[in-house]
Amino acid sequence: MFPESLHWRSPRVLLALVIFALLLAVPLLSQWLGQSFYLSFATRIVIFAIAASGLNLILGYGGMVSLGHSLFVGIGAYAVGISSFHGLTNGWAQLALALAVVAVVAALTGLVSLRTRGVGFIMITLAFGQMFYFLAISLKQYGGDDGLPLDNKSVLNPLPALDGKIALYYLALAVLAIVMYGIWRTVHSRFGYVLRGFQSNERRMLAAGFPRLRYQLTAYVVSALICTVAGFLQGNQTAFASPSYLSWQASGDLILIVVLGGMGTVMGPLVGAFALLVLEEALSGYTQHWMIVLGPFILLVALLSRRGMWGAIAARRARS
Amino acid sequence: MSAAPGRPKQARTAAHQGEGTPVTSLLSVKQLVRRFGGLVATDHFNLELPAGEAHALIGPNGAGKTTVMGQLTGELLPDEGHIVFDGQDITRWPAPQRALAGIARSYQITQLLKGFSVLENVMLMVQARLGHSFGAWTPVRKQARLVEPAMQALQQAGIATRAHDDVMALAHGEHRQLELAMALAMQPRLLLLDEPLAGMSQSESAMMVALLQGLKRHYTILLVEHDMQAVFSLADRVSVLVYGKCIACGTPAEIQADEAVRQAYLGDEDMAEASA
Amino acid sequence: MSLFLSQLLNGVQLGMLLFLLSAGLTLVFGIMNFINLSHGSFYMVGAYLAAATLARTDSFLLAGLAGIGGAMLLAFAIERLALRRLYARDHLDQVLATLGLIMFFNEAVRMIWGSQPVFTAQPSWLNGSVELIGFSYPSYRLMIIAAGAVVALGTYLLIHKTRIGMLVRASSTHPDIVGALGVNARLLNSLLFSVGAGLAALAGWLVGPIVSVQSGMGDNVLILALVVIVIGGIGSIRGAFYAALLVGLVDTMGRAYMPQITRQFFERSSADAAGPALASMLIYLFMALILAVKPNGLFPVKR
Repeated sequence: MFPESLHWRSPRVLLALVIFALLLAVPLLSQWLGQSFYLSFATRIVIFAIAASGLNLILGYGGMVSLGHSLFVGIGAYAVGISSFHGLTNGWAQLALALAVVAVVAALTGLVSLRTRGVGFIMITLAFGQMFYFLAISLKQYGGDDGLPLDNKSVLNPLPALDGKIALYYLALAVLAIVMYGIWRTVHSRFGYVLRGFQSNERRMLAAGFPRLRYQLTAYVVSALICTVAGFLQGNQTAFASPSYLSWQASGDLILIVVLGGMGTVMGPLVGAFALLVLEEALSGYTQHWMIVLGPFILLVALLSRRGMWGAIAARRARS
Repeated sequence: MSAAPGRPKQARTAAHQGEGTPVTSLLSVKQLVRRFGGLVATDHFNLELPAGEAHALIGPNGAGKTTVMGQLTGELLPDEGHIVFDGQDITRWPAPQRALAGIARSYQITQLLKGFSVLENVMLMVQARLGHSFGAWTPVRKQARLVEPAMQALQQAGIATRAHDDVMALAHGEHRQLELAMALAMQPRLLLLDEPLAGMSQSESAMMVALLQGLKRHYTILLVEHDMQAVFSLADRVSVLVYGKCIACGTPAEIQADEAVRQAYLGDEDMAEASA
Repeated sequence: MSLFLSQLLNGVQLGMLLFLLSAGLTLVFGIMNFINLSHGSFYMVGAYLAAATLARTDSFLLAGLAGIGGAMLLAFAIERLALRRLYARDHLDQVLATLGLIMFFNEAVRMIWGSQPVFTAQPSWLNGSVELIGFSYPSYRLMIIAAGAVVALGTYLLIHKTRIGMLVRASSTHPDIVGALGVNARLLNSLLFSVGAGLAALAGWLVGPIVSVQSGMGDNVLILALVVIVIGGIGSIRGAFYAALLVGLVDTMGRAYMPQITRQFFERSSADAAGPALASMLIYLFMALILAVKPNGLFPVKR
């Protein structure tokens, strides 16, 4: 684990600020290069980073391996899709609906899942994810297997219309910044310490007098809500809600991003999202069978150090 | 120094000598039984622990001392019997509830929170008792209500100088001191110390014994130890556990003279040394 | 009535297949504490190798040999080369590693055999049906049930009546003891892993003619197997057997009768939508219910 420095002058914080400055400049760069692809791609990265940040809260900092977190991303996307289908395009209302549904679903699935630990938890979260995946597929009136296209994007007055790619990008970036800052503060707060404490040594925490369920369940629900916002944005970006957003492969991708970037670090999810998406893009440029390379790559990531890319940077700085 | 929950020394010895009114025990263990399959690990164990007493639990390896500890802290649930703490039946209480009621344990195999500093380990112990932990904004390091009592506990345990080091950077003896500091930070009424001297050198042991001597005035202590010299210098009374059964209970002098105990420790050099 | 019995047998048949898949999975979990998500890949590889061999040799039995043998060799190699390093690691690492393997295998079979489903035929001597009490049931499916029962019996005898089985049982409650007994624990683990893969491949071979053999076929079946072992209790073969039958029956009967059940409670249009939805969710709801009451499954292995 990497207790992150609170000092504003630390090299890691400066590096993070530089990265954010670059991210702010992406739309300009994209226009200058004449390729709107880069803007879309960057938006995808940011959205994945948001979802991965949500997962990182319970996985990286809490030690809870959820293999079903894409469920909450999917609910976010479907909330937009289904609302839009029925004529509700008010983005705030859609978001409120999505968050309310996820709060209930996460609380219930969390209550059942958190009765187990370790392997059992992984499998229950996987099974719950699958349950909702099949539910999405069976919703024939909302596209079923083929997914649900959006006629209209969410209207988020007084924010600019999300039809423009730039508006959506900056909205996503703002959300990412807020989420990351919130996680940064949480990790150093009482709640964060309890969460990290349970990851480190559950026995000790119980012996100290901390009841486990209330804190882990709260973290689980909060992480689900963060993923929901990512899903809301994703639905708007792709103008589509698909059962594949809830698949276990999507959940696996989220875990990979968190681990690749550096578990238990604030910047890790962003770095991981960038690395994975760029890697996928590059590989698929060479061959349509790029998964045969990515598969062993993931295997290697698992076999080798788990500090991830940002984690490696953090460790170097800590030693200097 | 933190608040002293124990009774003054005179009242304690008066109770042992049978003078005055009988003292209600802080901890009362009645007919405790715990089985693991066919093995009876705890065999109708009884213990009356008055407040302020330092009581040692000794016995050969495998006698079931740690099992008794586990049932007191709530990590194991007994199959039969009752545990009464401060007038409440806590037999089936979960571990966190017992901790908040005033039972703290230090572990034989150190159970530290890796990834945190020494001070942070202790601060978490303090935090457990200070209201809820849903605050997600203010950094823990800036909360004096957590930092100050934690520093005090570190001072009591003698490792305040290591406060900001990572726990993994500590020597073994210092780990044991940290274990003690963490238990003290919980402001317990009852301290359960599971082999606090385990793996310590001569000098480290001497220092730890001196520390524990200092604690006797303020806490009720149940001590599991193999180091007989330490046991006999610290304990007011001793219980001897063999195959899960308590075969003798009395003052150190009584225990040393007890025939059954000598038989159980047949040829045990520690016993011979300590009684010399 | 005959439809009901027929569905019942279908449920048992699915249960047997699930048992074949779960047996290896639960043992590897229980003994090596290893979460193997790529177990479904051995099922897939078994199906593909069997189908390819059948196409060349026209022998159903040779196809089985190829499928099972090939998968076992593959499993042995992968365990030795990569997976054994993960036994001591976090479950997270194991999840990630085996996810990578799934991706690799899915793409590999696509590269070798293409993305289209591969057709493979039932052996002619199993075509046709058997007359049971008042209805006829496909012989092939009956064979699958018989095969599953034979394997279950064989596994029981192996585990409870042989020396190897004793070692396996000892390993599942005290993994370190086996090494102390002078047995080559590493070899035992590798063999266990291969046998588990072999059972999965057996299922793949048998199921080839009645499902579509394609890339990714192992993925959803794996998740069902995970549900089975969670319900049955991790590490318990007995639990896997009963849970597999239970899951097979609940899933099959659920899909067959849920639409009718929902029509009792809802009006036609919503019932027709809700029926299939509930049917596919049924297994998971069932699992959640069981876990709410018994978090360690029905037959937890006590350590």
